[in-house]
Amino acid sequence: MNGSPLTRFGTGWLLVLPFLALVVALFLGPIANILWLSVTDPEPGLGNYAALVTSDNLAGILWTTIRICVITTAFSVVLGYSIAYAMVHVAQGSRNRMLGLLLVSFWISVLVRTFSWLMLLGRKGLVNETLLGIGLIAQPIEFMRNELGVLIGMVHYMIPYAVLPLLASMQNIDTRVLAASRSLGATGTQTFWRIYLPLTKPGLVAAALLVFILSLGFYVTPAILGGGKVLMVAEYISVQILVTLRWGTAAMLAALMLFGVLALLFVMSRFMKLSTVFGGAKA
Amino acid sequence: MSEVAALPGLRLRALTKRFGTFTAAEDIDLDIRRGEFLTLLGPSGSGKTTLLMMIAGFLDITSGDILLDGASIAGMPPEKRNFGMVFQGYALFPHMTVRQNIAYPLDVRRRPRAEIDRRVDEMLELVQLRDFGHRLPRQLSGGQQQRVALARALCFAPPVLLLDEPLGALDKKLRIEVQDQLKDIHRRVGTTFIYVTHDQEEALSMSDRIVIMQNGRIEQVGTPQELYQRPRTAFAASFLGKSNFLTRDGTLHALRPEKIEIAPKGQGQGPNMVSGTIRAITYFGSILKYDVAVPGMDEIEVDVDAWRGGAAMAEGAEVDLSWSDTAAVPLERD
Repeated sequence: MNGSPLTRFGTGWLLVLPFLALVVALFLGPIANILWLSVTDPEPGLGNYAALVTSDNLAGILWTTIRICVITTAFSVVLGYSIAYAMVHVAQGSRNRMLGLLLVSFWISVLVRTFSWLMLLGRKGLVNETLLGIGLIAQPIEFMRNELGVLIGMVHYMIPYAVLPLLASMQNIDTRVLAASRSLGATGTQTFWRIYLPLTKPGLVAAALLVFILSLGFYVTPAILGGGKVLMVAEYISVQILVTLRWGTAAMLAALMLFGVLALLFVMSRFMKLSTVFGGAKA
Repeated sequence: MSEVAALPGLRLRALTKRFGTFTAAEDIDLDIRRGEFLTLLGPSGSGKTTLLMMIAGFLDITSGDILLDGASIAGMPPEKRNFGMVFQGYALFPHMTVRQNIAYPLDVRRRPRAEIDRRVDEMLELVQLRDFGHRLPRQLSGGQQQRVALARALCFAPPVLLLDEPLGALDKKLRIEVQDQLKDIHRRVGTTFIYVTHDQEEALSMSDRIVIMQNGRIEQVGTPQELYQRPRTAFAASFLGKSNFLTRDGTLHALRPEKIEIAPKGQGQGPNMVSGTIRAITYFGSILKYDVAVPGMDEIEVDVDAWRGGAAMAEGAEVDLSWSDTAAVPLERD
């Protein structure tokens, strides 16, 4: 066996081989299949992709998706930043309790959380009934079955995902650096904008990327809270597969999202080392 | 009293800090002259860093007062005190270049750009980092980072500079080099330096005065010579330099190892003499250290300049130890 390719790669590869095969067969295989479908179904060519330009309907869905995802990301990251900041600055005991609550929210099904919002903010929900009851409003406020409802549901779901990377980057800050800023004459506000915020930038980028990418694939929340009026890409894809059976269009949209995310990561990597964003070794 | 309080400089009055039931600093009275290089020396947990943090404004004081040129600054937030500070590990801003780091105190004071540029150039010159302005802190060696921290803290010409074990992270050779630079910079800027360290050599070689601390209290204050020659307590004698302890007429005395004469048995002379056996000889290049077992006493250490030889005496040899009357310093009981 001496000098054969296998020993040169090292026997470690042999151990990984079964799993590598599994990943290729069950993950990369289907993705290749989807890419293939998108240029062959219903007929070979780029017809599916051309529809992006020619169909107002498709462009509208994409625009809605991106708009909702950007707004969700902005709100989740800002709110997540406040929560993470609070968590870093409370006593150890309170921080553990807060972290516990945050993790619990990961374990509650998105379906349950979405329906809870309907119960709270629907036409006959707790909030509207109360406000109507005390006479503060004459008509129920339309929180749900529109874009606002989708945003409320999605931001609520995404905040924990924003908090975790932010928390990690805030805990990495050497508190002596902040003390140094104060001793050099900076006020608390100046210290935040000039030192704290820049030092948490990797966490901010990581949180924004994570929330944005996860938001792109949201399906249940827009379907329920949007009341059929807010159509996002994921739901549209499922309709193409299950109802209209236009698999080529579905595959094209899936491929588009995949490349969109990869392009986003590529652009970010030009500005900063992704390894620092994802908590790797310090740059 | 009011006359004294109005004198220039930094005055600590009955300063006390408690954390719950634990007293980290108790009843500290200290007058620090303008332009002085004062070292707070003590083992970890002695309260020296607590004291520094109270002066800096990062720790509230439990009782007592801090006066700067006669006015109380006890309740003032750190950024209003205008004290420069060099932190352990330097605490440079990692996302800013050397220039931006040094300019920071002037930037946050919204000084004109031209003034800032001129001042930063001066500071880079002072710490000999003229060509490093555009580097990031992580691209510098430990000694260079230390100098950037110093330049940043001196940039806004503070009346007092606080240094918290600034050389702790450097290796020994570099440390001595930086000590010289630090001393030189102190001479040139004339700012009051308050320096915290647990390293007695640093304290001896740099300070105008040293404050020895233990268990949150001041053990003794004085010039390096005063403290070394006339330690008041056993703790002061053993923490600053090495010392033998012996009891004479019921009083504990400190006796420095280099003040003892050693001679072959029968050849010793002097008012104070004991006889013993050499248990061990250790060679340190510049000195020879003899550990001498003396019947009825603790082992006595004697340091002799190595070039004087002492070849006649080997381990196991019987020797006489003698010293002058002034060599043994009587101590107060702690």
